[in-house]
Amino acid sequence: MTMSSTHDSFISDRQAEALADTFGPQGLGRRSVLGGGVLLGAGLAGGLTATPWGALAADAPAAEITVDQARTAPIPIVIPSFGPGIGEQITGVLTDDLTNTGLFKVIPASSNSGTPDFAPYKAMGAHAAVSGAASGSGTVRVEFRLWDVLTSQQIQGTAYTTSAANWRRIAHIIGDVIYQRMLGEKGYFDTRVGFISRSGSIHSPRMRLAVMDQDGANYRVLSSSQTKLPSFNPVRDQIAFLSYGTAVPRIYIFDLASGRQHILGDFNGVPLGPHYSPDGNTIIVPVARGSGSELYAVNIATGAKRQLTSSGGAINVSPSFSPDGSQIVFNSDRGGSPALYIMSASGGGVRRLSYGQGNYGDSVWSPRGDLIGFTRISGGQFSLGVMNPDGTGERIMTQGYTVESPTFCPNGRVLAFCRRTGGENGSARIHTIDITGFHERAVPTPEGASSPTWSPLNV
Amino acid sequence: MRLKLIGTLAVAALLAGCANDHANTGAATGTGAAVQPSGPVPGSEADLVANVGDRVFFDLNQSGLTSDAKATLDKQADWLAKYPQVAVQIAGNCDDRGTEEYNLALGQRRANAAHDYLVAKGAAGSRMTTISYGKDRPTATGDGEDVWSQNRNAITSVQ
Repeated sequence: MTMSSTHDSFISDRQAEALADTFGPQGLGRRSVLGGGVLLGAGLAGGLTATPWGALAADAPAAEITVDQARTAPIPIVIPSFGPGIGEQITGVLTDDLTNTGLFKVIPASSNSGTPDFAPYKAMGAHAAVSGAASGSGTVRVEFRLWDVLTSQQIQGTAYTTSAANWRRIAHIIGDVIYQRMLGEKGYFDTRVGFISRSGSIHSPRMRLAVMDQDGANYRVLSSSQTKLPSFNPVRDQIAFLSYGTAVPRIYIFDLASGRQHILGDFNGVPLGPHYSPDGNTIIVPVARGSGSELYAVNIATGAKRQLTSSGGAINVSPSFSPDGSQIVFNSDRGGSPALYIMSASGGGVRRLSYGQGNYGDSVWSPRGDLIGFTRISGGQFSLGVMNPDGTGERIMTQGYTVESPTFCPNGRVLAFCRRTGGENGSARIHTIDITGFHERAVPTPEGASSPTWSPLNV
Repeated sequence: MRLKLIGTLAVAALLAGCANDHANTGAATGTGAAVQPSGPVPGSEADLVANVGDRVFFDLNQSGLTSDAKATLDKQADWLAKYPQVAVQIAGNCDDRGTEEYNLALGQRRANAAHDYLVAKGAAGSRMTTISYGKDRPTATGDGEDVWSQNRNAITSVQ
C-alpha cells in the first residue's frame, strides 16, 4: 500500500502533528515553526527540542519506495558513527531499529557530520545516507541529516537538544524520521510495549504489569500485585489492566507519568480484560456471570456502562474497535465453538467472520484498518494470522505450541505477540513479526513475558 | 480416559502424601485405646483432598459436569453439610489450548458450574466464592492430553 509523503518540511510530519496537538488545529502552522525550536517529549526530564538543521534550501524529495517494495528489496542506507560515547550508542540503536524491520540494509560508516562524499556510496549501491554527530554531556545536541544518494540532495535535517538520559529516544525518533521519509509512512520505533512480566513457579507464576521500549530497553515493573490482560490507551499515557490483588478481580487504570492507578467502577459479575476504544474515552470489558461473559462499554469519564452483547450464556471476549470506532470485532462461542464476529459499535448487526477449522480467538483490529489479527487453535497447535475485515484473505504468519495475544504497532506493519513453548520448563516470551510473516524475533526481557499491548507513538 | 484417571489418582496421592506424613497409619483409627487417631483433621483442606476429592475435571472447551464430576461434587456437598463452619473457594482452570482471555471466561464458567451444582445440592452460596485462573495455574506441566486433562478442572479449597 502506497502513501504519498510530503517533501516540503524540515520537521517530520509527526513533529508537526505533535505541534498541532499542542497548539490546536487553528494555532501554530507548520511553516511558522521552521525557524524556531520544537519542543518534543514534554514528559521527559529536560524535554527535547528539535530544530531544522543543514542546508535548508536543498531539501529534496525522498526516494519513492513503498513498504511492499522494501520487503523484497531492503533499502541500502549508510549510517555513520555519530561519534564516541553517546554518539556510538545512538548509532547502535538506530542501526538495530532499521535493521530489525527487514526493510533497510544498513551500511556502517566512519564518523561523518558534514556533506557526504557521494561517489563511494553510489558505488556501494546505497540509496540513502545519514550524516550526524552527538556533542555535549549532561545536555546533548544531536545533529542529523538524511541524504538522497542518487541526487546528492538533503532530504531532512534536524538538530535535537535534550538531556543525555534521553539518548535512546533521540535514536528512535531519528529512526522514525528516516522510516517516514524513505517509505512515506510513520515509523514505530519511538514506542513502548506494556505486558505481563512472569516469574516464579510455573504452577502459580507471579504476574506483574510491566512496560518496556519496543526494543526491550527500559524494562520497568509497574505493579506488585497479580495482573492480567493489559491494554495501552491509544491516546493517553495510561495502561488499563485486570488485577487479582483483591478477592474480587478489578479493572485498574495505571497512569505512567504519575505512577498512580484507580479502579474502573464495579461490575455485576467478574470483569475480564479491558480493551480501549481508538479515542481512549471508552473501555470495553467482558463481564463473566453465570455461564457466559457479555461485553460492556464503560465511559471512563462518567463511569456509565452500556451492555453491547446479550447472547444468553455465551462467552464474548477480546473486543477490538475498527480505527474509525464504528465497528467491533470480538471472539465468541455463541455458534458452538470459539469464532470471530463483527458488530456495530453500539452492539447491533452481529455477523460471523471466521469459518475455518479449529477455534479462533484474540481478535485485534489493525490501526491501519486493513487487517484483523487473530489466534487460531487447530490440531493441537496455535497459529497467528491476519484476515481482511470482511473475513477473506486469511493468512497464517507463524505457528507454535502457543502463539497468542497479538497487538499491532501504531502503523499496522508489525505485530507483537506471546510465544510459549510446551514441555516441563515451558517459557513465555514476547516476539515481534512483520504482518507478511517475515522477520520474527524475540524481544529480550529479564523474566518471562506475556500479553503484550503496543503503545501509540510517544509524545 | 484411562490416562486421565491415572493422572488424577497420581495427583491425589501426591497431595495426600504432602498433606499428611503418616497417612498410611490412618486406616486403623479407633481400633485400640493405645493407638492415637491419625489422618487429616476433619473439615480441613487435607481432609477434603484425601477423603472427598477436591477437584472435578472437564472435557476440552466444555463446562458440562460429567457423571464422575457430579459424584465428586455430591461428596463435596455432603462434606460441606457435615462441616457448616467451613468456607471454600472454587477455582476454575483450563488447559493451554485456548487464548488467555477466552480461558479466563471458560475457567469462570467451570467454577460457576461447580458452584451452582453445590448450591443445588444444598450448600449455601454465602460459604462459597469462585475465581478463574484461566490457564495460569496448571496442576500438571508439559504438553499432551494426559497433562491437559488434569489442568481442565474446578478445584475446591478451604479458605
